[in-house]
Amino acid sequence: MNSKRNLIGLLGATALSSVFAASESARRPAPAGTRAAYFPNSIVHTHDGRKLRFYDEAVKGKIVVINMMYTACTGICPGNTANLLRVQEALSDQLGKDVFMYSLTLRPEMDSPAALRNYVEHYGIAKGWTFLTGRPTEMDLIRRKLGFYNSDPVLDADINRHTGMVRIGNEALDRWAMCPALGSAKQIARAVMHLRA
Amino acid sequence: MNKIKGEPVQRTRREALKLGAVATAATALPSSVGLTSALAKDPPPGPTTPAFMVPLPVYSAKSAESTLVPAPMETANLAGGECGRLAHQGWSNWAPQKFYTLRVKEAQHSFHPFLPTQKVWGYDGMVPGPTFVARYGQPVLVRIHNELPNNAVGFGSPEISTHLHNLHCASESDGFAGDYYSSTKAGPTLGAPGGYKDHHYPNCYASYDRYDSTNGDPREGLGTLWYHDHRLDFTGANVYRGMAGFYLLFDHIDSGNENDTNPTALRLPSGVGVYDIPLAIQDKQFDAGGYLTFDQFESKGQLGNKFLVNGKIQPFFKVQRRKYRFRLLDASLARYYELYITKAGANQTFQYISNDGNLLPAPLTSNKVFFGPAERGDIVVDFSQYPEGTQLFMVNRLIQTDGRGPEDALTNVRNASGDLVNGGVALLRFDVEGPLVADGSRVPAVLRALPPINLAEVVKTRRFEFDKVNEVWTINGQIFDPEVVAANPKRGTSEIWVLKGKGSWHHPVHIHMTEGRILSRNGATAPVHERGRKDVYVLRPGEEVRVLLRFSDFTGKYMMHCHNLTHEDHAMMVRFDIVP
Repeated sequence: MNSKRNLIGLLGATALSSVFAASESARRPAPAGTRAAYFPNSIVHTHDGRKLRFYDEAVKGKIVVINMMYTACTGICPGNTANLLRVQEALSDQLGKDVFMYSLTLRPEMDSPAALRNYVEHYGIAKGWTFLTGRPTEMDLIRRKLGFYNSDPVLDADINRHTGMVRIGNEALDRWAMCPALGSAKQIARAVMHLRA
Repeated sequence: MNKIKGEPVQRTRREALKLGAVATAATALPSSVGLTSALAKDPPPGPTTPAFMVPLPVYSAKSAESTLVPAPMETANLAGGECGRLAHQGWSNWAPQKFYTLRVKEAQHSFHPFLPTQKVWGYDGMVPGPTFVARYGQPVLVRIHNELPNNAVGFGSPEISTHLHNLHCASESDGFAGDYYSSTKAGPTLGAPGGYKDHHYPNCYASYDRYDSTNGDPREGLGTLWYHDHRLDFTGANVYRGMAGFYLLFDHIDSGNENDTNPTALRLPSGVGVYDIPLAIQDKQFDAGGYLTFDQFESKGQLGNKFLVNGKIQPFFKVQRRKYRFRLLDASLARYYELYITKAGANQTFQYISNDGNLLPAPLTSNKVFFGPAERGDIVVDFSQYPEGTQLFMVNRLIQTDGRGPEDALTNVRNASGDLVNGGVALLRFDVEGPLVADGSRVPAVLRALPPINLAEVVKTRRFEFDKVNEVWTINGQIFDPEVVAANPKRGTSEIWVLKGKGSWHHPVHIHMTEGRILSRNGATAPVHERGRKDVYVLRPGEEVRVLLRFSDFTGKYMMHCHNLTHEDHAMMVRFDIVP
């Protein structure tokens, strides 16, 4: 049902982008994926010093596990990170192959790639789980597109009430769900693996 | 005020209603701020779909099969391709007498002639699914095949766990969220994947442990049930894709025969699909291209921009000049309704006979049905009073603009009789046809007696608070884990469960397996239509509802959850295990 609609959306997007053909075509190789018209393709910076196009290189065609955090958080983040470490261990065989874990900072103005790298080292986080930062407005848009927002703008702006959920999805199948970050690691890992066809 | 043309041009209609509300409450409302914010939350209006273009789909009973191959077994038939469920409880006591095959598959469906025919997921490929007609004393076995494509693209997930809401049945046939299956996948609480699963429906009354000579307590009789998918994390999307249908239960009281000569028979309007009509009411959102859309990145509860009855947008139904029984079901994800039947804009009265599928002790004369997600209400409408050619409308007057629940009293303005005053949206048109016809049906003054409330039997009181913490929907601060048990009621005992709604959201709370009795709602007696047996308890913000429950006959894992299915999928659910 969605596929047809998305196809129409993609055709529309293609037509529009032809206006910018010279600059855009090199950046976004065809064919576009199911959520090409939905997710921003902004450049994000990884904790290990790489630059990624968020949609094309972090999400497209992949099974993803994404949560929000910031390094200075003394609220729910430490517990979430500790639990997601267990998820990472449970997913280790698939991680970096078709399954990718990401943590996006809620405070990109504070969390430089170096700050994220320190965090990764502090928690002993292994490969396959990438921490991302970027321009604040773009990171904020990505957060909203992932469904991590409060419909009340006052609460949304209160960083102490930020989400405790993990977005999981199979972009190729356009199949998305959420898990509580503090859910059992076994359950989260199973939910992720069951996103496969 | 009485605009019932049916075409729900949402924005203009709502504008008009809002303006009407503002005018009525002018002294109390200093500005039109409320108007602006409500409009901003409206779902997009969607494609044009003129009302009353297609007839209401009505089904006769689904046909049973003479035999199933391979033969059903007490334990899972792993070699035969069944998934790894636990053994059926009470298999020999309630040996199945009727056998059905139900195939969950992708199919093409037309919601409206102006919209493209499109893929749905349906039971037997139908939306809604086929109607089961069952009887107490005739145990049923339904073999449910999962034929959905593994590589389906888009919202939903092609594994299934079918819940028959709210049959008194054993845990392994209840459709536990973690019991989802496909030929390649098994949920966390199943032993192995499989292409099908046998569900055993004993069709015994609750409290069989006390009344075994009558197959349980006939005062616990259920009537209007529905079945729908309950796949962990994807229940909302899967139901939205089409996976819902009716299961009706009859006995010597509600016998399904309006000419029954048995003195115990009520002789309500009868004939499933003839004069006994289930109505599944849903709202769904369609995009500008006419395709069903579902926001997978939203966790509050999506509203639709079109209203459907039995899978069609605003159909019509030709009725004869006699009585009909309508079994109304709110099968929406998050929308509440207050339904009226109107003639030339004037509310008509009818008999309200059943809440949540359970006959009340006595009928209520009413002109409206209020319900939330998963609640049911049976009514009897007598069309003999209307001349041939009369058109009547089933109208929803309740305004709701997001998953939070129906809006406040200022928006939903009521007159002195407590009726909503706005024109509303017509969901269904009744066309009265033909001469007066013979009608053997009736609505007697006494329906089904209620079991006595015996608080001396209560062995435990539990409290459950429904809240939102850091954008996570919680019960007692906890999130659903299919392997964590939140409560262990003992089989054969009674408990009081106190359900408390926190925050500013409505939560329609559903408790599986057993019907409950509301002892109090915010410390007061429940409204009269809620004084029977129920399985969905709507918690308005801040409300506290005390419910008496008795856990009889079966053991194993069950669930309590918010039936705003988006809330359920975002972890507002607990597992409880009934223990021996």
